[in-house]
Amino acid sequence: MTLNWTIGSVQEALRAGTISARELTQDFYARIAQRNPELNAYLALSPERAYAQADRVDAALASGEPLRPLSGVAIAIKDVISTKGIRTTCGSRILEHYTPVYSATAVERLTEAGAVVLGKTNCDEFAMGSSNENSAYGAVRNPVALDRVPGGSSGGSAAAVAAGLAVVALGTDTGGSVRQPGACCGIPALMPTYGRVSRYGLIAFASSLDRIGTFARTVADSAVVMSVIAGHDANDSTSAPIPAPDYVAELQKPVRGLRIGVPEEYFGPGLDPEVRSKVEAGIVLLERLGCRRIPLRMPHTDYAIAAYYLIATAEASSNLARFDGVRYGLRVPGATLRDMYGKTRQRGFGAEVKRRIMLGTYALSAGYYDAYYLRAQKVRTLIAQDFAEAFEKVDAIVTPTAPTPAFKLGERTSDPLQMYLADIFTVTGSLAGIPGISIPCGNSSRGLPVGMQIFGPHFSEGRVMQLAHAFENAGGFSN
Amino acid sequence: MKISREDVLRVAELAHLELPPTEVDTYREQLDSILTYVAKLEELDDSKVEPMAQVLFGAQGDAHPELREDQLAPCTIADDVLSGAPDAVKPFFRVPKVIDR
Repeated sequence: MTLNWTIGSVQEALRAGTISARELTQDFYARIAQRNPELNAYLALSPERAYAQADRVDAALASGEPLRPLSGVAIAIKDVISTKGIRTTCGSRILEHYTPVYSATAVERLTEAGAVVLGKTNCDEFAMGSSNENSAYGAVRNPVALDRVPGGSSGGSAAAVAAGLAVVALGTDTGGSVRQPGACCGIPALMPTYGRVSRYGLIAFASSLDRIGTFARTVADSAVVMSVIAGHDANDSTSAPIPAPDYVAELQKPVRGLRIGVPEEYFGPGLDPEVRSKVEAGIVLLERLGCRRIPLRMPHTDYAIAAYYLIATAEASSNLARFDGVRYGLRVPGATLRDMYGKTRQRGFGAEVKRRIMLGTYALSAGYYDAYYLRAQKVRTLIAQDFAEAFEKVDAIVTPTAPTPAFKLGERTSDPLQMYLADIFTVTGSLAGIPGISIPCGNSSRGLPVGMQIFGPHFSEGRVMQLAHAFENAGGFSN
Repeated sequence: MKISREDVLRVAELAHLELPPTEVDTYREQLDSILTYVAKLEELDDSKVEPMAQVLFGAQGDAHPELREDQLAPCTIADDVLSGAPDAVKPFFRVPKVIDR
């Protein structure tokens, strides 16, 4: 079987009758059985549901019904997104035996569109990490280079798509957790505007930052998935009441004449020289496609990691208070209620989650709130203003996705701060609420993928994908 | 030093984390290094800056200021929810003793 299925080729094969949805699903599970022991990309498989859905697709085809946008398309779902009846652990021991009683809106919409959910993918615990090494269920290996991390926190979703263990996958991005693993694994990875995709059923890490995003083998596939999952949802009060455009149609718009901002602050001394040269070459390719390069200054970029790690941890300390051994998940018995809380959370949470809960609790505590949390929220305003001012002059902003290609497993686990710096170019867009995509722009001399990031103004994911699509078609990912 | 051993113990208590004594010093060092790093925010003059309270404030998507209608809907999943709890006696979650008397 080919490893390179796209939504288009799946649907063409189904229409031509060269393969059925059931056979396709069987092929994916066979491939997962072969590769997953090594990659550890999937934490749970849902074959019963997948085959039932595949059979519905085959029956619909047999009765002459038209295909839906994702009919028969094998999809993987990050394990922080709720799936009714399928174990959902968030990569944490505290939810080891948790099975949601409802599905996320995004999952419902995918299923209605005909997608076949293969299973749940590994991730850093509660999406907190940049390497997938914070999963309670073991690290994921990068399919491109097995001794390296796949990035994080959506490492399992990125690895699954890159290794051909799913056609597309959902991830979540709070500070870079879709874009950075996309860069590490060499596939397009889209974070839409905050509020564009419902967060209903996404188990919260940092509510003002969390977004559901996509992994795919092509930008065109990202556009199909985004068209299905985007749009208002009454169950998420932060969901934007703006109808989703047809992103597939938007891909065809010409990129000639678009103004591309290149902010100097993203090309400083910390940037790996090979990443710099690949992204520079990517910008030149965009210029050849008729885009106009405009140098930019975004003076608050260097403060983004500091602001992000205060805001995200503050929100996490509040959101994760719900894991207390009462309503779901692990309970460790204790003599009193407080005793039970303390023991349950100590045993259930891993080191990074505890570190972030404590940092966030500290930043919000009496006497420190103004110095840490409030100050970070003000700096968030300054970073959002940098983007707002830039978008008066440019249509999109191009940067590296991450300062280095995928690093080695174990290389950064002893130094949390060093790990945080992997997100230095992605957290800015997270704080500003704007959309961003990481698109492969070549490989390092060791054969490791390099990602180029394209940001656009709020609700411009169509334009962001349009640029990435033109770049991809122009051969931007080849060396 | 930004954070003391006592601060760590206090924060752990607030966050309901029963840290073993062996972990306290490691967390203190790591939190101290992170807090030292984030102190760079003090370099900025933010005296005239409003904190960002809404992600899409003023943006195109900030179009839902009106509150939705308060509509009653039956909750049909209570039994399912309780069946996932570590200790439930319908219709309650059961917890250890809260009040001593």
